[in-house]
Amino acid sequence: MSSQGRTSGKERAVIECQSVYKVFGRNADSLVAGTDGFIDAEAARSAGCIVGVNNASFEVHAGELLVIMGLSGSGKSTLLRCISRLTDATAGKIFVEGQDLLAMSSKKLLQMRRSKMGMVFQSFGLLPHKTVLENIAFPLQMKGMGTRQSVSRARDMAELVGLRGRENYFPRQLSGGQQQRVGIARSLAVEPDIWFLDEPFSALDPLIRKEMQDEFLRLQGVLKKTILFVTHDFDEALRLADRIAIMKEGIIEQLDTPAGIILEPATEYVRKFTEDVPREKVLRIESVMDPVDQEEELSDLRVSKDSIIETVAETILNQDRPVGVVDADNALVGSLHASHVINVLFGNRSQRPSGN
Amino acid sequence: MSPPRIPLKAVQFSGLLVAFFVLANFVDSSDANWLWRFPPLLKDLPFIINDTVQKLLFEWMPIEIYDPDIDDYESSPLFREVTRAVSSSLLVIIEFTREVILGGVKTIVVFTDWDFINENPWAHWPALPWTVITGWAIVLGYRLRGIGLAILAGFSTVYISVFGQWEPSMQTLSFVLVTAPVSVVLGLALGIWAFRSKSVEAALNPLLNVAQTMPHYSYLVPVIVLFGVGDHAAAIATIIFATPPMVRLTLLGLKNVPADVVDAGVMNGCGRFQLLFRVLIPTAKRDVLIGVNQVVMQCLAMTVIASFIGAQGLGSNLMIALNSLKIGTGIEIGVCIVLIAVVLDKMSLAWAHKQKDYFADRTLFQRYSIPILLVAILAGGSILAWIGSFLFEEGRNYLYIVPHNKGITTAPFWQAAVDWTWDTFFFILKDFNEFLITQVLFPMRDLYLGMPVVATFLLMMGTAYILAGFRSALIVGGFLLFIAFSEYWDRALITAYMASFVVIVSAVIGLTVGSLCAQSAVASRAILLVCDFLQTFPSFIYLIPVIMLFGITDTSVIIASVVYATVPATRYTIEGLRSVPVVIQEAGTMSGVSRMQRLVSIEFPLAFPHIMLGINQTVIFGLFMVIIGAFIGTTDLGQLILKAISDRHGTGIGITLGLCVAFIGLAVDQIIRTWAERRKKELGLG
Repeated sequence: MSSQGRTSGKERAVIECQSVYKVFGRNADSLVAGTDGFIDAEAARSAGCIVGVNNASFEVHAGELLVIMGLSGSGKSTLLRCISRLTDATAGKIFVEGQDLLAMSSKKLLQMRRSKMGMVFQSFGLLPHKTVLENIAFPLQMKGMGTRQSVSRARDMAELVGLRGRENYFPRQLSGGQQQRVGIARSLAVEPDIWFLDEPFSALDPLIRKEMQDEFLRLQGVLKKTILFVTHDFDEALRLADRIAIMKEGIIEQLDTPAGIILEPATEYVRKFTEDVPREKVLRIESVMDPVDQEEELSDLRVSKDSIIETVAETILNQDRPVGVVDADNALVGSLHASHVINVLFGNRSQRPSGN
Repeated sequence: MSPPRIPLKAVQFSGLLVAFFVLANFVDSSDANWLWRFPPLLKDLPFIINDTVQKLLFEWMPIEIYDPDIDDYESSPLFREVTRAVSSSLLVIIEFTREVILGGVKTIVVFTDWDFINENPWAHWPALPWTVITGWAIVLGYRLRGIGLAILAGFSTVYISVFGQWEPSMQTLSFVLVTAPVSVVLGLALGIWAFRSKSVEAALNPLLNVAQTMPHYSYLVPVIVLFGVGDHAAAIATIIFATPPMVRLTLLGLKNVPADVVDAGVMNGCGRFQLLFRVLIPTAKRDVLIGVNQVVMQCLAMTVIASFIGAQGLGSNLMIALNSLKIGTGIEIGVCIVLIAVVLDKMSLAWAHKQKDYFADRTLFQRYSIPILLVAILAGGSILAWIGSFLFEEGRNYLYIVPHNKGITTAPFWQAAVDWTWDTFFFILKDFNEFLITQVLFPMRDLYLGMPVVATFLLMMGTAYILAGFRSALIVGGFLLFIAFSEYWDRALITAYMASFVVIVSAVIGLTVGSLCAQSAVASRAILLVCDFLQTFPSFIYLIPVIMLFGITDTSVIIASVVYATVPATRYTIEGLRSVPVVIQEAGTMSGVSRMQRLVSIEFPLAFPHIMLGINQTVIFGLFMVIIGAFIGTTDLGQLILKAISDRHGTGIGITLGLCVAFIGLAVDQIIRTWAERRKKELGLG
């Protein structure tokens, strides 16, 4: 998938992984050295090893939100920890902004963390003895910024994540959602380019989770960070991701856009996830439209190619003729037959719901 | 696999007992028979230790030292110089602290000389008037916990002053003020080191175990040899004793820091030291500060025993009073020690639980109100003392310092109470005493002494194997082998018999009281409070009231030990029973169990591992107290250790005896702890 060079692709790769392995156990090194490609599960077991990440290769582009999705034990968090170098990968290469992360000295790594990386943790990882403001100011102070300056910046961050008025609270005085807002503010305090989020909303109640996801999308709309987001929640992945990597037993089963994964699941495992997804709520018009056919007579209605199908389904079905699809500049880019929409809404899930 | 397990154990146990009795009855009791007693192969160990220490002190690594008195270089062994340096610096610190509180000239002497003092009568550091220290204690108490602690602190200091125990009390306090910080820093450093390196932890663990199970005063002997006699030697012995719990709690606290917090620290760009001092230690603060509390209590507990090797203060006065049977004075001093212990305990705990409050917008006065108040008290107290110097005759300025033994005394009252008790209950007490000794203790002792050594080994190792596995059996065997090869097997048996009697009685009382109280939340809280209170008493204090009733006999020791050792058994039973998850209790209730059934078939099995840990503590406490009992006359290992203290060549004997006691404790600890852990795993409790 990504054995091309580092600078290839139309967008710049901020993070690039090449055949990354993480194997736990005493014989890890010899096991990895003896394999070309994927490590065989049976071989790993007989060597007394547990494979966390198995030959992962992918790129994350600038400003892209890549979600790593998998069930517990699938190696998704391990992969993230390798890329943030909280653990060292057993083998493979990881480049961050073109620099070889694994070859980096600890001093260089410290610099990188202090200036380029931010991370949010599932159970928040807040310092219990520090207030909201002090927690947010903490990474700045670690960089050597003075108290006055760091606290004033922390105040801005607290404002950004909606914690105004609670600056002097201690973590234990906050709800889970509020604590995670602190975690988010802290991870953003140093204005990192790369943002790691390890199941940030998994410990929250469903309603709060939804609220935090909205908040997260709002922030990302403003900040445009390069993001690696780990979750076990497929719906969350669909809601947030530009692209999704689905992991199983350390292997990336499929890496594609949400629509791509729903419409063309690469493996049986991925298909199981997609089966129950209400496709009309996820797919955009673009994914099911036909190319423009000049002969065809279109209705007067125009829909945006970025609309979610569910939001326009009723009006489309009320038209007698196919509907024109336009892009952001209002140029005609395709047409949509009601039959496709019906197929999305009621059709056989195993079939691709468009004519082509 | 669970149904056949219990019967299997029962069968194993019956087999073990049968084998034990066969051995016990058929082994011939002659000294030549090694089945009866092992030959004392380690007989020379004390002498080897002695020689090594002597060599270390007087011969090893001579270095050239400049001696200003004879204006020449002298050859002196390195080790001796090191111990000298340590002692003298400690001594200076102790003297300094003491003189800050009580006044004096020695600190000034350090910077000048005695001639200077003689020529300048003004060169005398003034004591802090007792009113100042009382005021400070009240303010500190209020600041830390509020009005209750303030009253307690005020009451205690006034009591100590009014009863004329000010001077020895402040000596004791200054002793604690020096030893506690040193132990805390040392414990913190070792704890961090052990946290950073697995091998250090592995090396430190057995050392800590031994240090915590060795009786207090087996340290005293080597300390005397290495450091001489005096406050500094007492301080060193105290520090050795008080540091292990600090190490333990530091390590525990650091290990309990959530992984996410550590990761967050790393990702926020912490360097090694930033991570340690700004993330790990502050997050582990609670445990670390509880360690500080433990250290303070241990230091205070040591003051009595440390008085043997020259610590001044309440401890030595108490020893003198008890030895001359001045029970009344003893009680007064005992109350002072308890008051100091309770106040220091409450203060350090309050400090541990205190959360910093952040109010950025406090005024300058508010922020510094406490220091200002303290200075005001100092000024006020000094003025009062100055006024007092006109009101009272020289040397009896009650507004400055109430002179020792010039305060109110209730000693005659207590003495009268003791006399009355003895007169009134003489026959009852005597009968009880006689009954216990002749009908219970002596037969039990003879039974223990009548065990052939192989039978003892079989019983202990067999029990260890059945309950805790093969590995534990080997470890227990190792510990016992050391004692068996030493010359002190018989003495150890006597210690063991007293300790086991104490443990059985304590465990029965503790389990009964605990299970009864656990039935009600209010009773549980109340009894836990009592336990807290009793645990703050230095162990020696327990001896005072029993001596009052039973005189200096084995009965006194045993009763004091039972009281002391019942505390952990009760506490752990309650904690264990109360912490059975509510869900399981409710599930039981819905399955229709009665209260009794619930206790027997649900709560006890689940609380069992925790209760066993309590019994384990009871064993250690009991052993400890039995040994301490030697001070008032018993015939076991403790008494020999006591003898070793007064012997110039006692080092080796003292250490060997100390190890014997420690190994008894560790052998039992090994069995019970492993057993409890196993049960815990089987129950899936972690």
